[in-house]
Amino acid sequence: MDLNTKFTPETWPAHPERATMEAKNKFVGFWLFLGGETILFATLFATYMALKNKGPSGFGFTTQELYTLPLVFVMTMLLLTSSLTSVYAMYHLKSFNFKKMQLWLGITALLGLGFLMLEVYEFSHYVQLGFTFSNSAFSSAFYTLVGTHGFHVAIGLVWITLLIFRNSKRGLNLYNATKYYTFSLYWHFIDVVWVFIFTVVYLMGVIG
Amino acid sequence: MSSVAQKSGFGATLWDWLTTVDHKKIGILYLLGGLFFFVLGGIEAMIIRLQLMTPNNDLVSAGLFNDLITMHGTTMIFLAAMPILFGFMNAIMPLQIGARDVAFPFINSLGFWMFAFGGLFLNISWLFGEVPDAGWTSYASLSLHSPGHGVDFYAIGLQIAGGGTLMAGINFLVTIINMRAPGMTYMRMPLFTWTTFVASAMILFAFPPLTIGLFFLTFDRMFSGNFFDHTMGGNTIIWEHIFWIFGHPEVYILILPAFGIFSEVFSVFSRKRLFGYTAMVFATVLIGFLGFMVWAHHMFTVGLGPTANAIFAVATMAIAVPTGVKIFNWLLTIWGGSIKVTTPMLYALGFIPSFVMGGVTGVMQGAAPLDYQLHDSYFIVAHFHYVIVGGVVLAIFAGLHYWWPKMFGTMLSEFLGKITFVFFFIGFHMTFLIQHWLGFWGMPRRVWTFMDGQGWNIANMVSTIGALLMAIGFTVMVINIIMTTVKNERVGNDPWGDGRTLEWAIPSPPPFYNFPATPLVRGLDTLWIEKMEGSKEMITPAEPITDIHMPHGSIIPMLMTLGLFIAGFGAMFQQETSWGLGVLIFGLAFTFVAMATRSLKDDLGYYVTKEQILQDQENIKRGRN
Repeated sequence: MDLNTKFTPETWPAHPERATMEAKNKFVGFWLFLGGETILFATLFATYMALKNKGPSGFGFTTQELYTLPLVFVMTMLLLTSSLTSVYAMYHLKSFNFKKMQLWLGITALLGLGFLMLEVYEFSHYVQLGFTFSNSAFSSAFYTLVGTHGFHVAIGLVWITLLIFRNSKRGLNLYNATKYYTFSLYWHFIDVVWVFIFTVVYLMGVIG
Repeated sequence: MSSVAQKSGFGATLWDWLTTVDHKKIGILYLLGGLFFFVLGGIEAMIIRLQLMTPNNDLVSAGLFNDLITMHGTTMIFLAAMPILFGFMNAIMPLQIGARDVAFPFINSLGFWMFAFGGLFLNISWLFGEVPDAGWTSYASLSLHSPGHGVDFYAIGLQIAGGGTLMAGINFLVTIINMRAPGMTYMRMPLFTWTTFVASAMILFAFPPLTIGLFFLTFDRMFSGNFFDHTMGGNTIIWEHIFWIFGHPEVYILILPAFGIFSEVFSVFSRKRLFGYTAMVFATVLIGFLGFMVWAHHMFTVGLGPTANAIFAVATMAIAVPTGVKIFNWLLTIWGGSIKVTTPMLYALGFIPSFVMGGVTGVMQGAAPLDYQLHDSYFIVAHFHYVIVGGVVLAIFAGLHYWWPKMFGTMLSEFLGKITFVFFFIGFHMTFLIQHWLGFWGMPRRVWTFMDGQGWNIANMVSTIGALLMAIGFTVMVINIIMTTVKNERVGNDPWGDGRTLEWAIPSPPPFYNFPATPLVRGLDTLWIEKMEGSKEMITPAEPITDIHMPHGSIIPMLMTLGLFIAGFGAMFQQETSWGLGVLIFGLAFTFVAMATRSLKDDLGYYVTKEQILQDQENIKRGRN
């Protein structure tokens, strides 16, 4: 694959993310990887549901007391919006508009960062209340499930930041189009997982 | 070798193997690594049998016995059987589908190194004198309270090796989905490729739960988590569910490729098309699916209740149906065939009755009420050894003899091969058949020693003598490998003379670019079709010879894994030492820097020119005459 091939919006293929053999492999491989990730999160969800509100005798925390929906609602909005902005970026990827794609990806990263900072605030708030990783089975399961998601967000942020800066001078080509595209798949996946966390952990914790 | 200039000398050769991304070389690495651990696990098994040879024996202490059974099981499943099968998959499967390479050569190498370092991590526990001792299942109620770092080695070592397995699985899946030669439709794929495909899909869905389970264990033991500690609200049954949601598919991940190997062997040495190919494919996929539905049959006695037990009992017994389909198809492949009893064929013929016996005892235990009687007795030990040794190990030996010439360019001795078979096969049945009765007579599994006068003495003696026979058989095989490697008589493309699939159409060992021109596949048993039509070149090319794109070798996969290996020690010691946390962070950072290097530095590979390939082909032809 020649990195120096210059494209115009007219010569840019309709599916740049899988226009070459390597890209096709990455594309299919990444979908399969997300399949494995789904099982990984499913296991964490199952464990969380089994250990919800379980602690040693005299354990004082319940989901109702702990979670505050307004904060989680803001977090959800940030992450859902960032998924939308990554769709805009992919739109510009397909129409070969590199600058606008980078811009929208930058916005996506900022929204993701906002989400992550709120999560850090949330966790530190719980720890101050005395709800630490090691004080009950419930807390271990909570921090592992939500923390694994947060870890994925952090990885996604590092990934997109590296991509944006690495390619800032180079522009779009068939080599990095797949990299951008798989990032957007990953980001949507994280978003979907969060929707489940929002429902299973927070909504069912407060209401159900 | 290829015409591409290569440096010589020990250092250069070592560097070449450390950095290789060639799927055939990685296949050989997997094979050697797997055989090394097979010997290690075998030695552990021999000590176990020697300890149980006579009543009141004290060859090893009770604690060491626990170490031995734990490491024997873990080593054989994760570090021997699976890697050896991965070796065959890597070396052979891309050739069978007419591919130039696997989909992700770099990740392929990474997967191998994670297996190698994970296995090393587990076995370094012997040097520390703190060995995993909670059984290969490491049930949390036991493993949480295991003193020392034994179970820590288990949790982290398997985590590293398991990551490698997952990568290999995804790699094989994408290779089969995307890289088949023109004309190689799904229903023309050789059975070994099909079983690789289904086993890889099972890896994709079975290993993430193991990852999570091992993280929970790591957190509970090393980072004061409470997943399994009931005084803190935890629940040890969660470990059992997670472990068996992984663990049950795992046995099918092992046995399906074994089925694939035997399907190839039966059809080649009966010189017939595999009987009921379509049914075989369907049965493979069905076994793959049902393999996920039955994990709780390992937990009948946990107390899930009669409804759950009944559902899982029925689902379990349902697996006998597609397996039976396979057995009959193999028998009908031999039926009326022009049979050649080579060493691989001997193993295949021995496999059918052995595996059926293992399957029948499986159905027996599938009945939950009977399982209450058989649970944790030697009957169980007999059953799973009949399945794993009578299925997987016999397949590994068959595959070794069958594909050795393709991988190394020289044949193993047929005479010594048959001696190995006789010793191993008789030894295997002697060791494990009698253990069914030991189970009925009440001998529990995992016991360190037993008392005199319970009627178990002779049976245990017989069992141990059988194990010795197996060890003799394996030793003969090692001698066979060494002797034929030293002699190194080169063989041609199709040393068995009856090859039916594409791997036998190219030189042994194949050139690093596999096929000079991508082959055109015109039906099942591609090579056989070409032979029947009298093609001279044995391959109908799908395209003219052009420049071939190849990936560069890289040391980064090994460095990435080295970082994880270092981090593992940090995680283990972080609670009791001041430097542990630092080492953990250093190791992870090391891996991250290696990953970033890989990402930021473009490596687009290189081209082998058309002229080089033509020259190379010319050399091969001249060498043959």
